[in-house]
Amino acid sequence: MSTIARKKGVGAVLWDYLTTVDHKKIAHLYLIAGGFFFLLGGLEALLIRIQLVKPNNDFLVGGLYNEVLTMHGTTMIFLAAMPLLFAFMNAVVPLQIGARDVAFPFLNALGFWMFFFGGLFLNCSWFLGGAPDAGWTSYASLALDSKAHHGIDFYTLGLQISGFGTIMGAINFLVTIINMRAPGMTFMRMPMFTWATFVTSALILFAFPPLTVGLIFMMMDRLFGGNFFNPAAGGNTIIWEHLFWVFGHPEVYILILPSFGIFSEIFATFSRKRLFGYSSMVFATVLIAFFGFMVWAHHMFTVGMGPIANAIFAVATMAIAVPTGVKIFNWLFTMWGGSIKFTTPMYYAVAFIPSFVMGGVTGVMLSAAAADYQYHDSYFVVAHFHYVIVGGVVFALLAGTHYWWPKMFGRMLNETLGKITFWLFFIGFHLTFFIQHFLGLTGMPRRVFTYLPNQGWETGNFVSTVGAFFMAIATVILLINIVITTVKGEKVPGDAWGDGRTLEWAIASPPPVYNFAQTPLVRGLDAFWLEKMEGKKELTPAEPLGDIHMPNSSFLPFIISFGLFVAAFGFTYHNDAGWGLPVGILGLLITFGSMFLRSVIDDHGFHIHKEEVLELEKKGANA
Amino acid sequence: MANQTNSGNERVDLAYRRRKNAEEMRHQMIAFVLMILLTLIAFAAVGYEEFSHWFVVPFILLLAAVQVAFQLYYFMHMSHKGHEFPAMFIYGGVAVMLLLVWAFTTVVWW
Repeated sequence: MSTIARKKGVGAVLWDYLTTVDHKKIAHLYLIAGGFFFLLGGLEALLIRIQLVKPNNDFLVGGLYNEVLTMHGTTMIFLAAMPLLFAFMNAVVPLQIGARDVAFPFLNALGFWMFFFGGLFLNCSWFLGGAPDAGWTSYASLALDSKAHHGIDFYTLGLQISGFGTIMGAINFLVTIINMRAPGMTFMRMPMFTWATFVTSALILFAFPPLTVGLIFMMMDRLFGGNFFNPAAGGNTIIWEHLFWVFGHPEVYILILPSFGIFSEIFATFSRKRLFGYSSMVFATVLIAFFGFMVWAHHMFTVGMGPIANAIFAVATMAIAVPTGVKIFNWLFTMWGGSIKFTTPMYYAVAFIPSFVMGGVTGVMLSAAAADYQYHDSYFVVAHFHYVIVGGVVFALLAGTHYWWPKMFGRMLNETLGKITFWLFFIGFHLTFFIQHFLGLTGMPRRVFTYLPNQGWETGNFVSTVGAFFMAIATVILLINIVITTVKGEKVPGDAWGDGRTLEWAIASPPPVYNFAQTPLVRGLDAFWLEKMEGKKELTPAEPLGDIHMPNSSFLPFIISFGLFVAAFGFTYHNDAGWGLPVGILGLLITFGSMFLRSVIDDHGFHIHKEEVLELEKKGANA
Repeated sequence: MANQTNSGNERVDLAYRRRKNAEEMRHQMIAFVLMILLTLIAFAAVGYEEFSHWFVVPFILLLAAVQVAFQLYYFMHMSHKGHEFPAMFIYGGVAVMLLLVWAFTTVVWW
């Protein structure tokens, strides 16, 4: 197999992506699929805002509104935010630790296709009767009562499939970061984004099993005659809420910690200073993750757990503000006295601090259990979590897109268009969600499809809808920017921003298939910066140039995941139609059959020979 | 690990490794005998009718915990160097699950 790049037809490119096990291409796949679901979730958000633009509106009524609202939340969390973060983890983490790929390239591809088919299955519900309609939390008392169509079944089965993919990805990153760091890359020399990925992966490893258990219980109750959540048969509907939030609270840290990691990289790079308080940053990240597991019940203060449980969970929740505050101050001190360059990613990073702190402050307000009884189920909560998730995670995703785009695709996104996107998104975001705090405080309930006139909510809702359109326009401009860049963007050297600190900036953009011709020697934190400050152009190699062993591409990950996709359809309909059970079994046969093939086929990979590497390196240096 | 020694003398290395292996085997044998013994005690505790369930169930759970520790530390070599990460993740997972069980028993099924 030759690795020399040449012009390929559309079919060949498609086949290449369907079978790839290269972490850089899998990152592209995550970016495209996650981006698609982000647009879908955004469209659903717009529909919600159009419905609420005036009182007594009948654009989306009742059940349909519930479906759109449920799918907005589910899509944004599971199918947009997490995959987009996985895109950056895949694109950057192996490069940042000086590795040639992740530890298990095949598993990496399998993880992506599981996520993709899970998300596809979930969205098929739109065309097959109706989407899930019990909220993204899918509380059992609502979900078991939703009997008009199979929406909830698409939710339970789709999320199980994409959940497999997420756990695979997490295990892969844990093993990669523990075992595949370049010589000299000690734990306390790892870039913050790699640290965040490591801690996040541990969170996924511990947080997803409770969700899986909950989803399996729900599937049993809905499809196989179980009664786990049915009080009439001795079950308990509250168990779902606990299982969901034992997963759900760590989940928000699964989203925000990598975002913190992205911002840490950006602050240090564009302040042209090393990150202030690196070790306290690491400690704060680990501490947030640790606390994240003992606060889930703050989502359930009004369930009636009793004053002692509420008090314990309230205090634990407030404690999280401390490590988060440490991080905020560290970012401010990183900028303090730095030689700041205001690029598009830096715009997002600077705007992130006040936006996220506002979400944090309302978070502490909500954590006071007694006060939460007033805020609960109002737009105040909606405003709070959009401030942390949009102001934290989405800003980080947009910042990361601009920051790492040159590394991933070798071309720089247009800075002017990037800044226009930023301002429109930033203004639109605050316009949409700031006013929702007050809508909530004056009593507007969340998840209700309409409201009556003369309650003082008309102006607020109108402003909010206008803001949503600002964000939509910003997203469209970003897409235009991407198209323009892809067609005629200017090519960039390895150190695209000129101020790169970490290892990924030391190699060509986009990196060659083997990443590092020679594994680099890491001599300190911000390894590439260190070498540049000593007048060197590239990293010190830790090994002689030699043949590089690479894994073969494989179509099996796609087929394994496709089998589960088929099986999910079969089991969804097995109570209604005779074909259900055979199709379900057929799907499982496809999955386990291809897993069997994976086990028996000997695949030793291939070598890129030293001469070929030399040739590619020469080309990369010229480009 | 075994071949990454500073000593160039293979004989010394071999003698050391033999002693080490013998010691290892002794530990495994002791652990094995103890585990059989613990199993017998568990059976006896259930079989002896004077003991109430309120004693037997927690007692067997305690014995089970000891068995797991033997299994991990002696048979799966977690007592050796280089197992810090598996140990950390096992204890992390155990801590999370204990918290969950504790919360369920006190909050959901109180």
